[in-house]
Amino acid sequence: MTTSNPDSTPPPEPDPAVGRDSTGTIEEQRSGRPADRQDERLIASHGIRGAVSGFTGRLRSGDLGSLPVVLGLIIIWGVFQSLNSSFLSSRNLVNLTLQSASVGTIAIGVVLVLLLGEIDLSVGSVSGLAAAVLAVTLLNLHWPVVLAVLSALAIGVVIGAFYGGLFNRFGVPSFVITLSGLLGFLGLQLFVLGDEGTLNVPFDSAIVTFAQQTFLSPAVAYLVVGLAVAAYVLSRLRTSSARAAADLSTTPITTIMVRAASLAVLLAVPVAVLNRDRGVSVMFLFFIGLVVIMDLALRRTSWGRAVFAVGGNVEAARRAGINVKRIYLSVFVLCSTFAALGGILAAGRLAAVNQSSGGTDTNLNAIAAAVIGGTSLFGGRGSAYSALLGILVIQSISSGLSLLSLDSSIRYMVTGAVLLLAVTIDSLSRRSRAAHGRA
Amino acid sequence: MTATASPVATSTVLSMEGISKRFGAVQALEDIELDVRAGEVLALVGDNGAGKSTLVKAIAGVYTPDDGVMTFDGRTVRVTTPVEAQRLGIATVFQDLALCDNLDVVANLFLGRELHKGRSLDEVEMERASWELLRQLSAKIPSVRIPVASLSGGQRQTVAIARSLLGEPKVVMLDEPTAALGVAQTAEVLNLVERLRERGLAVILISHNMADVMAVADRVAVLRLGRNNGIFNVAETTAQDIIAAITGATTNAVSERAARRTEQEGQP
Repeated sequence: MTTSNPDSTPPPEPDPAVGRDSTGTIEEQRSGRPADRQDERLIASHGIRGAVSGFTGRLRSGDLGSLPVVLGLIIIWGVFQSLNSSFLSSRNLVNLTLQSASVGTIAIGVVLVLLLGEIDLSVGSVSGLAAAVLAVTLLNLHWPVVLAVLSALAIGVVIGAFYGGLFNRFGVPSFVITLSGLLGFLGLQLFVLGDEGTLNVPFDSAIVTFAQQTFLSPAVAYLVVGLAVAAYVLSRLRTSSARAAADLSTTPITTIMVRAASLAVLLAVPVAVLNRDRGVSVMFLFFIGLVVIMDLALRRTSWGRAVFAVGGNVEAARRAGINVKRIYLSVFVLCSTFAALGGILAAGRLAAVNQSSGGTDTNLNAIAAAVIGGTSLFGGRGSAYSALLGILVIQSISSGLSLLSLDSSIRYMVTGAVLLLAVTIDSLSRRSRAAHGRA
Repeated sequence: MTATASPVATSTVLSMEGISKRFGAVQALEDIELDVRAGEVLALVGDNGAGKSTLVKAIAGVYTPDDGVMTFDGRTVRVTTPVEAQRLGIATVFQDLALCDNLDVVANLFLGRELHKGRSLDEVEMERASWELLRQLSAKIPSVRIPVASLSGGQRQTVAIARSLLGEPKVVMLDEPTAALGVAQTAEVLNLVERLRERGLAVILISHNMADVMAVADRVAVLRLGRNNGIFNVAETTAQDIIAAITGATTNAVSERAARRTEQEGQP
């Protein structure tokens, strides 16, 4: 070992003596920083470059968020567009939005139960039963539309309360409860429909007009986009000023503006494409509205926090004083109610209710959509937006394959493969998150 | 029983008399008496199966005692759920910490008692209050917006203890807070315990580690086979006496081993 060369660069770690001498300046620098940026171990990230490096860091450690599903959607759209140029046509995309709304609404409920680490296998049957109740009350009993819709929704509430009660009271696994529900409520649906089998809802009925023929005018559609972007910017600015007042770090205004601009493009382009055909379906907007409301409820309320806590660690949630049983009950009720609502939308969209309403692939598509959208099957991780993204993937596959006039046998196989891929990504990223300490 | 160990100790916050709990054929606790005073660290020690955890759970409202009287702040109380215990001002940090790994530090600290602005959560105020609390405890947490899963054992313990303080409790129970920690982290947690005492809280510390107990406790209550087996002032006693009380014999495995070692050291 040679003695250290005086010309050599200083060691990367600061000399303790130097640190002592300049303690005052370090302290001053620290106190100039916001309260949440004072720990020297934090890796500084500033501006857009910081945002990008933070993003790639998150991806590497397995915190994939909704990236796989967005990538998947782009790939699926690219492939189908190259095989059939009418796939991305305005006409087909409008149909896609119309097809997505009902099962997507069901998927919102599935996202909620998955967040608790539970499952509801009966959403299809419940949606079918709700549709049957709607049709029978509307057509055979001649109730007004509002009353018929409310009674169909009430069926969902009652079923959810029944599930939640069984789960809380006897601790029966949700898998088994809802598997029984899958069979039992399918039977009840057939019983309610009776001998007739198929009930056709008249085309001038409000529910059918709403689901099939009501579209936003182009001006109103752009107004909605403008309002959404404005709401985003306002809420971010308000958060920023509140954080600045509390001496916490803030998002730079340029970052907010860049994000707002991206959001505007992300919303305006599809609206422009849809406007070239019939426009933005009110039913689809209704579905997106539900997604946004549930997202806010999950992220910004004590109830939503409790849902994530119960999904993450039930025992911790219970000890924190959260009424765990109430959370389970509320989520089962919401899930079944969303399923019923989805059934109502489907009845309106098809203008008919029959014995196969809510049957076969409704159930699987709704559950697959929630998982493909990025909500973890293991509980405590996910977002209401996975219902939107997931259903777009599933309906795109279905729509693309039917444009290619491929058999439904192929569609099932492709959807199954995509679901398997999504669950595998979920499991892999969960393992990677554990390794990188992101849980 | 006169306590002289802690000058800060003033009034009895929590006292228990004749607490009994039975599980089937097992008498887990029998006729337990315990006084906890403000500004005092009371260590609760005993061998495995001595009833420490059962007693802690009885105080925390997880179990309801079959028999006995619990007095809190001069009033006779009956605690049947953990929430009731928290409302009274008894905070418990269980050994498994009970944190939600998927939530960040702020969410964990305020879990079950979130602050609101209008109808939505006041994230900014919660984050500010989190930093304030963690600073008061001189806690070293790099960021409160990372999931708790990414924190070290000592940091997780700190978060769990900080959370117990949010409800402005009068009694804090720590169940084996240093069991899984390294040397430096143990010292940090012990510092934290002393800071709790300085704040005038009554601290009940459950520990197997005699060094920790002797380092921070003012008094030591020994449980043996579900019964009281002596209360010691740390200033006036030795670890030897306490171990004797824990094992129930003056000659026991620990003392024999210690004697053997002094003998061996004396030989050469």
